[in-house]
Formats: sequence, C-alpha cells, structure tokens
Amino acid sequence: MTALPLVLTVFVACAVEAVEALTIVLAAGLSRQWRSTFQGMAVALVVLAAVVAVLGPTITLLPLSVLRLVVGALLAIFGLQWLRKAILRATGHKALHDEASAYLREVAAAKAAATVRKRWVSDWYAFTLSFKGVLLEGLEVVFIVITFGDNQRDLGAAVIGAAIAVAVVAATGVAARAPLARVPENAMKFAVGIMLTSFGTFWGAEGAGVSWPGSDAALLALVPAVALVSLGYTALLRQRPRGVGRPAPVAQQPAAQQEVPSS
Amino acid sequence: MRRLRSIGAFAYDFVIGDDWRVAAVVVAALALTAVLAHVAGVNAWWLLPACVLAALGWSLRRATAGPRT
Repeated sequence: MTALPLVLTVFVACAVEAVEALTIVLAAGLSRQWRSTFQGMAVALVVLAAVVAVLGPTITLLPLSVLRLVVGALLAIFGLQWLRKAILRATGHKALHDEASAYLREVAAAKAAATVRKRWVSDWYAFTLSFKGVLLEGLEVVFIVITFGDNQRDLGAAVIGAAIAVAVVAATGVAARAPLARVPENAMKFAVGIMLTSFGTFWGAEGAGVSWPGSDAALLALVPAVALVSLGYTALLRQRPRGVGRPAPVAQQPAAQQEVPSS
Repeated sequence: MRRLRSIGAFAYDFVIGDDWRVAAVVVAALALTAVLAHVAGVNAWWLLPACVLAALGWSLRRATAGPRT
C-alpha cells in the first residue's frame, strides 16, 4: 500500500483538530495577550512532539501482529466514535460543532478572567487556555499519527501529513484573523471516521490471525462498504424524529449552527 | 487522587467515548476472530467488519431512540 491514504487520512484528521485548536488560540490571543498565548501553544506543541518522538519508535518494537491487533482495536473504536458523532450531527440528532459560537464563548470567558502573572508567563489565563486547547485537540492527532504511522512502518509520512495540515490551517487563520467557521468539519469527521474504522478493522482482524481475501486490496472494498453503510444509516436516521439541531448534508456543513460542548 | 481520577476519566472518554458497548463489541469480535482463526482454523475475515457495522447501527439506534445521546 502506498503512503497516500496514510498522508491524506492524517491530513484531514489533523486539519479538523487544528481548526478547533485555532479557535481557542485566536480567542486567547485576540481577547487577552498574544505573547502568553504563543507561549502556551509552543509548550503544548513541544509536549505533543515529545509524545510522538517517544511513543512512535517505542511501539514499533512490538511484534507486528500484536501491534496490529491492539492498534486495530483502538483505531476501530476511535473511528466508530467519530463516525457515530458525525452521523448524529449530520442527521440533526446532535447539534453541530460551531466554531463561530465556540469562539464567542471562549472570548466571553477570557474577558471575564483576571490577569495573573506566573514566572515567565505574564498572562497565566491566556497561557493555560492556549496550552490546554492545543494539547487536547493535538492528542487525537498524535494518536492517529502514531497508530497509522507505526502500522504502515512509515511514521515520517504521517508526521508530514499532520505538519502540512497544521501549516495550512495556521496560515489560513492568520490570513482570516477569525475562526474558520466555514470549514466543513462534520463532513471531514465523517470521512476520517470511515478511514479510521476501515483501517482499524483491517489491521485488527489481521492481528487476530485473519488473512484478507486479496491481501491489502481488500481495503478497496472495505472502505467503500463502511462508507455505504454509514451513508445508509444517515439516510435512515434523517427519517426519525430529531431532538437537537437541524440536519446538515454529510458533504456540506453550514457555517453557523447551534453550539455544543464537545468536539 | 483527584488528579488520577480525572486522568482516568479523560482516558476513558478519549478511547471509549460516549458508548462503551461499541468498544465491547469490537473487543469481543476480535477475540472471537482470533479463536476461530487459531483454534478452529476458520479464516473469519468477515466477522469483524460485520460486527463493527452492526455495533455502529446499534449505537445509533440507542442514541436516537430515547432521551440519551
């Protein structure tokens, strides 16, 4: 298998999380202080890089079958979480994530907080807001980078995919100086959920001792199968009574919807 | 102690998420696949995809059937 699916999956997953992190960083920087915000972001990126540098090579020491069994199970569970959430949001059973309202909420909280200086950080609130936002959103990316990279024995390609996504989102955010509310986050999460679930299922079953018909080519059937069934569930759920939010097509998410606390 | 508990809660939410039954189905399906492959000699490549997709449908049904999401 080529590195392209690996890079693309990591790129899209990382872009989604980077958009959410950007919202928090912008809220901290524009409403509080840029210096402390950048300090918090930098420390979080160093921590995330350290996790990749330490865990990435360590996990490759495991035998491939054990690695695929464990990582496949985790990826499948993780991917199903993304897919479940994306389908519920696409069908209006869960409110869509809205960067514009998330930004306003963060700004309101940031403006209300007092300014406290701690050691080399002049605004502790801006520092911790930025640090936590980047670290928590980044951990999901790190998980995907390590699991995909190690399974494909190509951690470098996964890191490149993540780095390009961060660079693209950061550049767009700097140019726009506003949260990227028009990014179709739900459609991207839906796509990543399909990829994580498919690859997790493929590797998990291999790790359990299964030989796939057609070897790696089985993924060419597995990914569309997961996508088709997921789209089928989406179509079915659109016909059921809804409780929260209004539905958005899987391929397109409106700019402003109701806010939700989770990512 | 409180910090340990919050780390545990974060890890649970990070890996397991909103519906633990999905994780349980995936683990059980993998265990059954391994048993079939290594003990019974059955190449049950179809079992995990079927269980994964069924678990997703079950979880979605539960999430939309009642007040819980």
